[in-house]
Amino acid sequence: MKHNQATCRVTVNGEGLRVASGTSVAAAVALARVGTFRRSATGAPRGPLCGMGICFECRVELDGRAGVRSCMAQCRDGMIVRTSDA
Amino acid sequence: MREVTADVVVIGAGPAGVAAACAAAERGKRVVLLDENPAPGGQIWRQGNRPQPQPAARLWIDRLRASGAELHTGVRLVDVSGPRDLFARKGEQTVRYRSGATVLATGARELFLPFPGWTLPGVFGAGGLQAMAKGGWPVAGRRVVVAGSGPLLLAVAVHLQQAGAVIVALVEQAAKSALAAAAPALLRYPAKLRQVAGLGWSLRRVDKLYGAWPLRVEGEDAVEVLVVHARGGERRLSCDLVACGFGLVPETMLATLLGAAVDHGVVRVARNQATSVEGLYAAGELTGVGGVDAALSEGMVAGCAAAGDVAAARDHAAVRDKEAAFARVLDRAFKLRPELTALAEADTVVCRCEDVSWGEVRGFDDARDAKLKTRCGMGLCQGRICGPALRLMNDWGPDRVRPPLFPITTAALAEIGAAQATEVQQ
Repeated sequence: MKHNQATCRVTVNGEGLRVASGTSVAAAVALARVGTFRRSATGAPRGPLCGMGICFECRVELDGRAGVRSCMAQCRDGMIVRTSDA
Repeated sequence: MREVTADVVVIGAGPAGVAAACAAAERGKRVVLLDENPAPGGQIWRQGNRPQPQPAARLWIDRLRASGAELHTGVRLVDVSGPRDLFARKGEQTVRYRSGATVLATGARELFLPFPGWTLPGVFGAGGLQAMAKGGWPVAGRRVVVAGSGPLLLAVAVHLQQAGAVIVALVEQAAKSALAAAAPALLRYPAKLRQVAGLGWSLRRVDKLYGAWPLRVEGEDAVEVLVVHARGGERRLSCDLVACGFGLVPETMLATLLGAAVDHGVVRVARNQATSVEGLYAAGELTGVGGVDAALSEGMVAGCAAAGDVAAARDHAAVRDKEAAFARVLDRAFKLRPELTALAEADTVVCRCEDVSWGEVRGFDDARDAKLKTRCGMGLCQGRICGPALRLMNDWGPDRVRPPLFPITTAALAEIGAAQATEVQQ
């Protein structure tokens, strides 16, 4: 990451990481090497599909709020993200 | 409840919406442009965390700023009382938009076709993975197969390659002969041919399979192999990510909720982009998928018409007609083969929200019946993903659209309901 690029610090499943400003929360989850964002109704692993806020497959818990679409949220300093397996 | 009043409200800040907002605002109207995303541009001009300025996008966004149109981001339309009275959510707040005229520029979404393994993490829409990569999703060094149909695949593959991904193969369902047959008609569009040639050059070292399509994805918790049908047999492509795009579905839900006539999946519009509902205009992909240039010209027409400038609307219509003809050529060349709607097996999940399999919904007469008996399409996406696929697979007609257009809290629902009830009494 370039030094002149603004960054912010987020926590994904307890692991802290620094990401470029403007990074989506979904990307931060992937950067934390988490593949399964949620479990389906029958327990199958799921991750993002549409990338534009319509499929709801990328939903995570964001700052204590459940069911947030991580592809539509941008990282901000201090955000705490949890996926369903965490 | 917050209330916003404007001469023209434009919904969707992609190219069509931006053009419509500019056109109306430049004619002295008070314009409000709404979008759920944090920045204008729609999917095609999405910037992401490492903005790479696209000249056309920059030009239009600058023009939007100069026009005086007000941009409201993070706003999601959820319900309506009529074409001039709309209810939206911004964060935890409900906002009511009242307008003299409304322009719908809701764009399109990707068509997803279910096949075994398509629910594994790592299988994305083609535009979906591109959008994610722009948002910082790590693709550098990852092996990606781009599969499906249409020119979007080329653009996605080039973008991912520039972001450092290794494109294992480009899998196009159209036969090479079908594409060759379309070539003469495309000579009328030299600028577009140059664009495609440029993309092709960037991908000159990528393995391209024509008349080929995905059969299944193998993997435990993530993608390991995409098996494709190619040259009469199966071919196994080891990869980390699959970007799968079979075309676009016009986003007509809001138009349908407002009572606008929809023919064969696209909103019906007159020469001036007026829908069948008085005071309601539509521009861009929801009136027929035609690409960014068509969307811009339709947006200009709609914006002029919504602002009452009939002559200017007529001037912009010629450009739009040429673009529409181009879209028809592409449609023929990339027509989906019937095999693609027969990829799901009995145990393949088709409704991802409720985990309903193809075996459970096969043979129902319509979406409503299937929904009531299997919960198919009843989840958070409200049938946006499985609906278009099942219409093709089961030959269903369009499903009804009911509010709210997106899941909202019961408190928000009650708040909107109360506002609508007061309106009726007055």
